Parts: sequence; structure tokens; C-alpha cells
Amino acid sequence: MSLSRSQKNSLFKFSCQAVTAISLLVLVVLLYHIMKEGFAYLNFDFLNHFPSRRPSRAGIKSALFGSLWIMGLTAMIAIPVGVCTALFLEEYTNRKNKWVKLVELNISNLAGVPSIVYGLLGLTVFVRFLGMDRSLIAGALTLSLLILPVIVVTTQGALRAVPDAIRYGAYALGARRYHVVFGQVLPAAIPGIMTGVILSMSRAIGESAPLIMVGALSFVAFTPESITDPFTVLPVQIYNWVGRPQEAFHGLAAAGIIVLLAVLFTFNIIAVFIREKFQRYKND
Amino acid sequence: MTTDRLKIYDYSIALVLLAITLISVSVTIVIMGILGIESYNFFQLVPVTDFLFGTQWEPFLEPKSFGVLPLITGTLIIVIGSSIIAIPSGIVIAAYLNEYASKKTRKIIKPLLEILAGIPTVVYGYFALTFITPLIRNFLPDTQVFNGLSGAIVVGIMILPMISSLCDDAFSSLPSSLKQGGYALGAMPFEVVSQVIIPAAKNRIGASVILAMSRAIGETMAVTLAAGATAKLTLNPLESIQTMTAFIVQVSLGDTQQGGAAYLTCFSVAGLLFLITFLLNIVGHKLMTQSKHGGF
Repeated sequence: MSLSRSQKNSLFKFSCQAVTAISLLVLVVLLYHIMKEGFAYLNFDFLNHFPSRRPSRAGIKSALFGSLWIMGLTAMIAIPVGVCTALFLEEYTNRKNKWVKLVELNISNLAGVPSIVYGLLGLTVFVRFLGMDRSLIAGALTLSLLILPVIVVTTQGALRAVPDAIRYGAYALGARRYHVVFGQVLPAAIPGIMTGVILSMSRAIGESAPLIMVGALSFVAFTPESITDPFTVLPVQIYNWVGRPQEAFHGLAAAGIIVLLAVLFTFNIIAVFIREKFQRYKND
Repeated sequence: MTTDRLKIYDYSIALVLLAITLISVSVTIVIMGILGIESYNFFQLVPVTDFLFGTQWEPFLEPKSFGVLPLITGTLIIVIGSSIIAIPSGIVIAAYLNEYASKKTRKIIKPLLEILAGIPTVVYGYFALTFITPLIRNFLPDTQVFNGLSGAIVVGIMILPMISSLCDDAFSSLPSSLKQGGYALGAMPFEVVSQVIIPAAKNRIGASVILAMSRAIGETMAVTLAAGATAKLTLNPLESIQTMTAFIVQVSLGDTQQGGAAYLTCFSVAGLLFLITFLLNIVGHKLMTQSKHGGF
């Protein structure tokens, strides 16, 4: 029995809808499962206690503080470096130059390097070679290198979206290049840059493999006080709990995941808000 | 005089920016340097052929053996399994968004897929271990607690949004005259998708598949949690396996002493991982840019 053309079309349309619906259903099931398992463990004590061998007393305080420290440090390192790199590539070079093309190819390849390789890089260079040991700063530097390509590429996009009329206008008034770049183009591109930065930070906040490599897993029962202190972060603490055989720790892991996802969603909502409210120049 | 000072300002700022730009170049050089040097040191202890073609992976217990093939098959199970899930459904979702979905539906579905893409991998690891594995064991009771199938399924879920969004970009960047030509000849949406859009966008579909596979190969936390830590030369997805990435995590968690073959092998495995993903990424980007500039 063969199907008519329109039957084939309907069948295909139906399977398209079904596949799309199933993939969205997975998202719903994932979130529901986490809520169901973790909600009971989520209370103020959970946020305010340090990790413990006894599930009933274990909390996520050190991981939450560790994540905030890591985020702050990573932002302070990665944003200036990434934005300056993008400014140089977009505003100071000719895009047809083969060296510029090579640097851009290099950056897009760096974006595809597995995060665990960055972990090995951090372990060898920051932890061992530069003697930073298992510290916040070693973790932040490692994560900075990891998200650098994302910041560069999104900043380049934001700079490209600024109309040339702004540059020509400034030059016509006698401005020098650094006036044009830092006084006109950069401010106009900031909302677009912010969106990219927040998205790259939300990638950094969920990263665990490279931080495990630079030694974030150690049992941490205090909040870090300086950049040379040892640390743990939310995803690493979650990994630690998921890896234990006892059921109760899986519940704690789920509660930790709720906290992590809450932080992530806040970040994303801010990004969307900035994009909708402040972005004057877009390139689609 | 002031002009001179401004000129110096201008040049020095450009120089500072150039210096900062070189950081990202040096990252690549340093990665290649570290992996190259430490792998070289490793191959002084273990012959290259034993590493590449050996079928026993036992880096910690005597008699030690460093045959990487079990880690490769472990990684292959994850890549093949996740591809089987993610490639067809990714393409189908892209086709749906392009040819069937209304603008409004599209506006709802795309951000939801982005959420799926933005969920941290450790969360997928948790999901695999506490939801998918018990589900599989319901149907196949012989399945081990740690198994490749569960890992492959979550990695498939993770790379699905990447494939669907790259394919969606590829489909919507095709000249609309192609589609309209198809419809003008009386073709149904299904025929336009299968006979016009997919053939015309095949290079970029290929590119997105390659990039997604490279991502699956490098995926670490989900497979470490779900697939286990037993390096075994098998293609049975119901057994506990170990991927290349999971092995590196295992070494960094244990207290392997620095300098020994067991420590150095971390770098040789990472070197292999870097090489494979690097080649895939280059091929993927090449396909992508070629089809962007030439043709469609």
C-alpha cells in the first residue's frame, strides 16, 4: 500500500510536531524530576550550612560563596581581555588581512576545545608552574580562558552592528581613532556586549570539569576570604553529591541544582531584559 | 605639539590592544605545547604503537598497560548513540520550524530549545543517573547501574539544540526563490523539505553534525556520572564504560603521583582528544564558511 503525496506530507508534518514536542517534553520532565527530588531539601539551613557527611546537616554555603567569588573574578579578568581583543580585531585591523583571519580562525577553534583540556592547561600552568596551588585565582584564570572566545565573538558581533555613520561622523569632527573607538563605538555597543558577557558568564557558572581539574573538589567547610584560598563551586558540589551512593545525597544534589538553575535563569532574564530594553543596534 | 601627543596615545593604545589580542593566540600555543611535551615524555615510557593499538587499559594496577582503544570505543558509544538521537531529530525540528511552524510557535519554541542547551552538563549527569538509568533498567533489567546508553541519551539531548539551531540557520539562509520555485511546481512542504531544502543545505547540515559530534566527544561531566569508570573494549551500550574525558577526570580526582606514566597518560589522552576535536572543528568551520560564501 502506498501513501498519496498529501498523506506523506501529513505524516511528515505530524512526525515533525511529535519530535519537537518530545524534545520540549524532555525539558519539562527534567525540571519536574529535579523539583520533585530536591524541593524537600531546599530551605534556609541548606543555603546556610557547610557540606557535611550527614545529609541532614549538609548545606551549600561554601559552594554558593565559591561560585560568586569565581564569577566575580572571572568577569574581572575575561571581560576586559575579551572586549579589548574584539576591539582590536574589529576596529584596528583590516578584516581581509591574512593574520587577522588566522587569529579569528584560532579563536573559533578555541571555542571548540573541550573544557577538560582547559582544565589540564590550568592545572599545568596556573596550579603547578605559576605555583598558585588550588586557589580561587587559578580557577578563575582557567575559566576566563575558557569563556574568552565566546566573549570575543559576541563582542565582535555587537561592534559590527554599530553603524559606520557613527565612526565617519566622529572622524569628520576631527576625532582620533581612540576617541572614535572608546568614545563612540564602544559605548554604542555596550548593551550588545553585555548580553554576550552575561551569556558567557552563565556558561562559566555551570562549568565543572575544568574546575575539578584545578582542584575544586576538596571538602570545603569555610567561605573563601581571599583569592588564594581553596574553594568549591555549585556544580562541583553537585557532582560530589550525585556521585555518592546514598539516596539522601541525591536529594541534596537536586536541591543544589535548583539553586544553580535559579542563578542561571536570573542571569538569562537579565540578558534578555538588556537586549530588549537598551540595544539600539542589532545585526540579524 | 598636542597632535604629537595624541598620535602617541593613539599608537600606544593600539599596541596595548594588540598585546591583549595575542593572549588568545598564546592560549592555543600553550595548549599544544603542554600536550605535545607531556605526550612526548609519555611516549618515552610507552611506545606509541602500544598506546594507539593496545586493547588493554590498566594505567593504575600492575601489570600496567596503556592501550587507548577501550577509551576510544567508550567515546564512540557515546558519540554514535547521541548522534542517532540528535541528528535526525535536530534536522526534523529545524524543518518544522522553517516550513510548518507559525511565527508565533517559532518564537516560543526557539527560546525553550535554548534553555535545553544552557543547562549545565552536571545537571544532565544527575538526570541520567537518577532518571534515565532507572527507566532503562525497567525495560532491560540486565543493564548495569553505569552504562553507555544512559550517557549517550543525555549527550544526545545536550547536542540536539545545537544541531537544530545550526540547521535552522542553514535552512532559513537559503534563497527563498528555491523554496518558492518548489512550491510553484506544486510540491508539498514535505517534498520541498526533502527534495529542495535538505539537498541545498547539505554542506551546512554536515557542518553542524560535525561540530555537534566534536562537542559530544569533548563532553565530560554527564558521561563521567552516567557511563562509569570501567575502560572496556566493548560496543555494548548496556555495560559500564569509560570515555577519554572521564579518564582524565578520574586521574585528577585520585592522587596519582606527578611524573609517572599514569600521570603522563592523562596528557597523551588529552592530546588525542584535542587532535580529534581540533580536526573535526576545522572541517566543520570550513564546510560552514564555504557554503556561506560560495553557493548558498
